[in-house]
Amino acid sequence: MNPWIVDYLWLVPVVPLAASLLILTFAGSRSKGAAALAIIGQLASLALSVIAFLPTLQEAGWRAFHNFTWFTFGENAVRIGWVLDPLTAAMSVMITLVGLCIFVFSKGYMAGDKDFSRFFAYLSFFSAAMLGVVIANSLLLLFVCWELVGLASYLLIGFWIHKPSAAAAAKKAFITTRIGDLGFFLGIFWLYGSSGTLLFYDGGKGCLEAAGLLAIGSSATFIALLIFCGAVGKSGQFPLHVWLPDAMEGPTPVSALIHAATMVAAGVFLVARVYPLFSLGAIDGVTPSLTVVVWIGVITALMASLIAIAQADIKRILAYSTVSQLGLMMVSLGVGGVAAGIMHLLAHGFFKALLFLGSGSVIHGCHDEQDIRKMGGLRKVMPVTFLTYAVGMMALSGVPLFFSGAWTKEEILHVAVHWPPSQAPYYLMLAGVVLTALYMTRQMIYVFFGNRQAASEKAHESPRVMTMPLILLAVCTVGLSAVVTPAWPWLHAYLSGKPAHFAMAQLIQPMLFVSLALVAAGIGLGVLIYRRAGEFDPFARSQPAFFRFLENKMWVDELYAYTVVGFSKIAAVFADWMDRYIWDGLVRALGAIGQSFGVLTKGVDERGINAGVDEGVIGARGIGRVMSAWHSGQIQTYLGAVAVGMLALLLFYAWLA
Amino acid sequence: MAGLITALILLPLLGALCVGVARKNYARGIALLFNTITAIVCFLLWRNFDTSVAGLQMVERHVWIPAIGAEYLLGLDGLSLLLVLLTSLIFPFAFLAQSRSAGARGYCALMLVMQAALYGTFTAHNFVLWFLFYEMSLIPAFLLIKIWGGNNRDRAATKFFIYTFLGSVAMLLSFLGIYFAKGTFDFAALAELGRSGPLLDGNLAWLAFAGIFLGLAVKVPLFPFHTWLPDAYETAPVGVSMVLTGVLSKMGVYGFIRLLLPLFPREIQVLGPWLLGLAVCSIVFASLAAWAQSDLKRMVAYLSVNHLGYCMLGLFAVTTSATRPAVELQAALSGVFLQVLNHGITAAALFYYVGLLEERRGRRGIGDFGGLMQRTPLLCGWMSVAMFSSLGLPGLNGFIGEFLIFKGSFMLSGAATAVAVIGLLFTAIAFLRAMQMLFSGPLAESCSAFPDLLRREKWIVVPVTLLMFAIGIAPQFVFKIVNTTVVQMARLFA
Repeated sequence: MNPWIVDYLWLVPVVPLAASLLILTFAGSRSKGAAALAIIGQLASLALSVIAFLPTLQEAGWRAFHNFTWFTFGENAVRIGWVLDPLTAAMSVMITLVGLCIFVFSKGYMAGDKDFSRFFAYLSFFSAAMLGVVIANSLLLLFVCWELVGLASYLLIGFWIHKPSAAAAAKKAFITTRIGDLGFFLGIFWLYGSSGTLLFYDGGKGCLEAAGLLAIGSSATFIALLIFCGAVGKSGQFPLHVWLPDAMEGPTPVSALIHAATMVAAGVFLVARVYPLFSLGAIDGVTPSLTVVVWIGVITALMASLIAIAQADIKRILAYSTVSQLGLMMVSLGVGGVAAGIMHLLAHGFFKALLFLGSGSVIHGCHDEQDIRKMGGLRKVMPVTFLTYAVGMMALSGVPLFFSGAWTKEEILHVAVHWPPSQAPYYLMLAGVVLTALYMTRQMIYVFFGNRQAASEKAHESPRVMTMPLILLAVCTVGLSAVVTPAWPWLHAYLSGKPAHFAMAQLIQPMLFVSLALVAAGIGLGVLIYRRAGEFDPFARSQPAFFRFLENKMWVDELYAYTVVGFSKIAAVFADWMDRYIWDGLVRALGAIGQSFGVLTKGVDERGINAGVDEGVIGARGIGRVMSAWHSGQIQTYLGAVAVGMLALLLFYAWLA
Repeated sequence: MAGLITALILLPLLGALCVGVARKNYARGIALLFNTITAIVCFLLWRNFDTSVAGLQMVERHVWIPAIGAEYLLGLDGLSLLLVLLTSLIFPFAFLAQSRSAGARGYCALMLVMQAALYGTFTAHNFVLWFLFYEMSLIPAFLLIKIWGGNNRDRAATKFFIYTFLGSVAMLLSFLGIYFAKGTFDFAALAELGRSGPLLDGNLAWLAFAGIFLGLAVKVPLFPFHTWLPDAYETAPVGVSMVLTGVLSKMGVYGFIRLLLPLFPREIQVLGPWLLGLAVCSIVFASLAAWAQSDLKRMVAYLSVNHLGYCMLGLFAVTTSATRPAVELQAALSGVFLQVLNHGITAAALFYYVGLLEERRGRRGIGDFGGLMQRTPLLCGWMSVAMFSSLGLPGLNGFIGEFLIFKGSFMLSGAATAVAVIGLLFTAIAFLRAMQMLFSGPLAESCSAFPDLLRREKWIVVPVTLLMFAIGIAPQFVFKIVNTTVVQMARLFA
């Protein structure tokens, strides 16, 4: 017997959705009630998520689902449903908890905005769609919510719609992710066609269960790769990562919620959800599709962390850091560490939301300044922000012991080192660790240490409504580490469906020292380089060309603008031109041929036929005229003619005789 | 309920007569009144339609001209009913969309005549009768564009008329050929003949096929026979554009489903890859061209071509694939039916919105607007819903049809489908570009006095949008209408 929450799991996304609709329908543009409604909706959703979390604790690998028919086409039913398992439960608790913090923070951050209510409506809508993604038990339902998440992201990036840059960034995000979604879309059809169902779990008949996987067989590689296209788009993986940094045009809470903690993680979640498709037919845990995942992740992680070093916008640094961390999670999934990847996702959700909200607090305090070079010395004026930010920074950089991010990253490295085909990803990830510590140290020094700069002169600490969420997130970041250490890998066991054992001796693994050394190197290097940094970046001074290369995001945007985008634009103009001149030209040419044929027949008609008739008529008329002259009506003439005729007759007969 | 279909066809004609004799100011009111009555009749038809039975229902069969095989044969199956419902849905909105001042008697009368002709086209099942209605819809459309159109209306109307009329003549000749060979004009009988063996021999079959194909391809329109469409849609008055794209364009698709595909299965199979290629070209080139347009109406017109391309893709995939599992056939056909309905609703709504913008601004170039979101948030919001519906966002009606079409055609002809999905991308680009230029950025000087949605406009916008959501979220009520017909047709093509 399933607990009641399984049947009512739909409430988890529907409650925020209802909140969103209520706000859109009833709230005025700056109503305080909007924020309250959104926060209540989120709270309710959190409560439901926690209730849903409880049954998954009963036994390892517990799973329940509820399926129903959405519609029938012909004789076939399209069934969708929701599933409750550790993955769903953990994700929905994380999303609602982080979401709640961000909602509360937004109440302070957006207080002065003229579209205050609309903002909360969109946020709630996003939350609903995202929760829909995690509870979906059908790839179709997942895709539906996936697209709605994309819509919410589009609306929120372009929230300040009067800013042309925001509108452009929103469009770019939607279109770039849609490119990936095209592949995803095709993958869905392939999966649907070959397995006959899109349900993940259906009592043994689902597409992720034995019978479904058997039916899919060798096409699994293609299906998995097509689905991965969607994940690449959504999670900002190379080569579709270009939208994510631009998405920072949205308000900072949006960046925290969507473009750091939850939505961008949806790609990682998706791969984890359909992992049986990726690992089908694996030899030694390696399949072609998983190998692709690994290398895409490696490229993304390294590229993004390099670019982050040369950025000056506080949010963009975090954006690239997000891209790089998502790459790391992909690597983890690719090398077989599903649980490790999801653990990092969860931990990342907390500390990255913390960092983004912290940056929001900084931006707010510095009166909308985002350039880190114009900040400095904020640790004294914004102590709470500073301390919580430091927690987030250490979790991200991987400072061991008390920070969850460090342990989960460690876990990933553990899996990566055992990847059979190659150890290259492992070593490259180690390089990534150094780079991450480096750019975060750089950011900390610029923002919080050193002398006060122009923007930080009048800086102030943010109000309580904004600092409380920061503290809560910092507590979560630290607290989560209790269940992710090797000593008591409870979360790992929970996610992978195995019982956990407590063993204090396991806490310190030899590899920990490697990471420790690398993190120390990264931070030390950072301090060394940026200690006395002023307006000019020391790195820019010593390596100007390379710095410019990184500062301009490796010119990827420009490359796309000149190749793919340029080509498409030309194609569009060409299609229009073809329509006007070739296809319509042909039609007009046919028309012209018809018309000239008309002119020709007209000519023949007038000059030939009609003129001939005319000539005949004129001739006949001439004869008539001559004849009519004879019929003058004068008796004398007629009698004369009769006399002449008589005379002629007489002469004729006389000649005969 | 005998005679209900005949009543449905006659009512708008009667309405046209009443409009003709009534005072000028009442024209639109009378037209709307008659539309209310036809809507009730439609509802009755829907209520009396037995969704569990395949084949024609409520058949009305009378002898007409036996010497030429012409019968008065009306009937409804799922597809017919769906299109009848669509017609009844679009016309009232088209009348409402036209501002009161333009409610001239002639305009309303012609629209009503066209409505009657469309009902006839979708319910007639004998070629002679069908063709009569088919042509009867063309003439009012021509006059409506020619008399009440915008710039360049003479040229556009003439092009529209001659192009489609040429197609019709070709089709008529082909059917005469078939009649002389087989001696029947009955659709069902012809479909059965087409299934059991070739209708005609050798080159004659190809000639007949070409004639019908040309007639229908122009009507849909299928690339490259589509160039009359942007001109005609662009210049037609708003209400006429709504009807043209919402209903008239469905006549072509309907003809393909009802006539060409059942009658010439072999020819279509031989030409399969080429036809699929044309459908893919429709999808990709039209969406690309839409991106390049600077006139909103032209943009929507091109996207119409693109969306009907999806229908054609589904139909050709069904009829050309070598292996045809029933589930994929049913998916593609259901998708096409849904798409026909959805495109009718969404495209008509888009034309309506463009009309609203044009009414306010006096122009309709994409660059003539800017920052509307600050001035008219409601108009922008509701219009965005229609745009997102058109670009296939899940949760709105457009997605369901496209999903099923692609589901079916991917397994039936994977390569064509894989190329066709690019159309989804360019559609999105075209719409997002329009949204960016219209709604975002600083408020343009010329738009600073725009009123937001007026009450009478909301009466149109809200129900249509709710319908989009209804079909997108709970589409079963539509599937119920067409499911048995889908199963029956899938068997025909299997």
